[in-house]
Amino acid sequence: MVLFLLLFLAPLGYAAYLSLFQERLIGGTAFVGLDNYTQALTDPQFLHGVGRVALFFVIQVPLMLLLALLFALALDSGLLRLAAVIRLGIFVPYAVPSVVASLMWGYLYGPDFGPFAQIARKMSLPVPDFLSDGWMLGSLANIVTWEFVGYNMIILYAALRTIPTELYEAASMDGAGAWRTAWSIKIPALRPALLLTLLFSVIGSFQLFNEPKLLMSIAPDVISSSYTANLYAYTLAFTGQQVNYAATVSFLLGLVIVIASYAVLLTANRRRTP
Amino acid sequence: MTALTPPATVAPTAERGPGADHGKRRRSPGRRRSTPLTIAMLAALAYFLLPLLWLLIASTKSTQDLFNSFGLWFSHAPQLLTNLADTFTQDDGVFVRWLLNTVVYAGVSAVGAALLAAAGGYGFSKFRFRGDRTAFNLVLGAVMVPTTALAIPTYLLFAKAGLVNTPWAIILPSLVNPFGLYLMRVYAEDAVPDSILEAARIDGAGEARIFFRIVLRLLGPGLVTVLLFTLVATWNNYFLPLIMLNDPDLYPVTVGLSSWAAQAQNGGSGASSDMLALVVTGSLISVVPLVVAFLLLQRYWQSGLASGGVKQ
Repeated sequence: MVLFLLLFLAPLGYAAYLSLFQERLIGGTAFVGLDNYTQALTDPQFLHGVGRVALFFVIQVPLMLLLALLFALALDSGLLRLAAVIRLGIFVPYAVPSVVASLMWGYLYGPDFGPFAQIARKMSLPVPDFLSDGWMLGSLANIVTWEFVGYNMIILYAALRTIPTELYEAASMDGAGAWRTAWSIKIPALRPALLLTLLFSVIGSFQLFNEPKLLMSIAPDVISSSYTANLYAYTLAFTGQQVNYAATVSFLLGLVIVIASYAVLLTANRRRTP
Repeated sequence: MTALTPPATVAPTAERGPGADHGKRRRSPGRRRSTPLTIAMLAALAYFLLPLLWLLIASTKSTQDLFNSFGLWFSHAPQLLTNLADTFTQDDGVFVRWLLNTVVYAGVSAVGAALLAAAGGYGFSKFRFRGDRTAFNLVLGAVMVPTTALAIPTYLLFAKAGLVNTPWAIILPSLVNPFGLYLMRVYAEDAVPDSILEAARIDGAGEARIFFRIVLRLLGPGLVTVLLFTLVATWNNYFLPLIMLNDPDLYPVTVGLSSWAAQAQNGGSGASSDMLALVVTGSLISVVPLVVAFLLLQRYWQSGLASGGVKQ
């Protein structure tokens, strides 16, 4: 508990404290109250970063969770051959560091030497430029999906395995088929687990950092140093030396995530009791 | 501390008890398997394994072949062993150092985090103390605050404390795992029967002894789950070490690899023209241990997750 306080609340408090100051060229550090916050809230770079991850969240997360749900249901249906192999195979990317995942996909995306481009050229099709401005967010979404579908699938699958068998027996006695069982029994029973994966995804997408940071070196024109909010905070603290402003941005980002998480929780709870 | 817990709910527990999910649900015998569904899932599997297949193949190539040969098949001159040797000897064997660092950071963090989560979860599930509700809600709230958004403030704090650029800067923040604590609480409620605790107390065992000799054993699968997931989180962590460390001798593999990748990118040809092959081979090496750990321990972590993923 002490560790928790020390490592969790202390940085939070310190960030809040730092965010109230500003380093000036003359006169050193001065107390500026909420100035940093008004600056951040009107800072187009910060707002674009947040907007971009919000867009990313709205598109990537439903897709990823839907896939995870489909895979989990397929595995649980008992209709699959090689189920154990498939389950572990889909999960394996989770154990791959995001650095390595980004490097791999970055190479695969390559417009000159990547295998997709090679195949396209062989078949004289237009070569898709996955690293261009229009494709980049999708390419990032693909990497993140690749990494985390399996993880979410395993959580959902584990939850599915704990549904009491009697429910299935009752359902099949009532003449319910596989789809009907999945829709009426399995998915409602999965609600807490789905909520959990959704929460993790909120947190994950808003702090997107590793993948854009690594793809930045192969597509520096597309990914700016403020591409995501987290990247912006990093740039401010370590390249721009604007420690106080970086603290403000981190603090605001944390706040955005907590608000988004609560919004998710509230909507889920409201739906539960119509 | 007083123990005023209602008796463990046995009836609903029986079905979802720890470890009970394996082989528990018998598939009705003779149920037919679906070939179209299997084929669809195998196609999905291909998508997930393709990049790894590429990694495996690419690690047998020289940097030139990486650009000149078809990405998804072997080149004419496979040289995996050369690549391995080069990776381990580049820059006086710094890659070995990175691997060792990663093992130490991830190992210490995982064991520490699992123990702390177990102690915390057990405490929350079996003891009532003043403010326990508030404290637990605080922990749940903490699950929501992302570690990455905390990282920069933590860095600033550690810089003040002189901990930046030491292994502690990586290990300490990794020890706190709110989700692990939550998982262990749910798990302990099912796995640790109050009767055993009472019997042990009557026999005169102290609380510490009870925890280390009895509780930890009962918490096995949950413990492995938290251990493994913290291990992955720390092993794969990039952001925290990136900002905390600036001495290459302290880097974990992730930061080291990305620094090599940057070198390969900037160097183009010339001195660092072989870098890309090293990055690829190094990536392969860094992936293998975790995959093996997951495969070996899958029975435990899956049953550990099963009890945690359900209740909310």
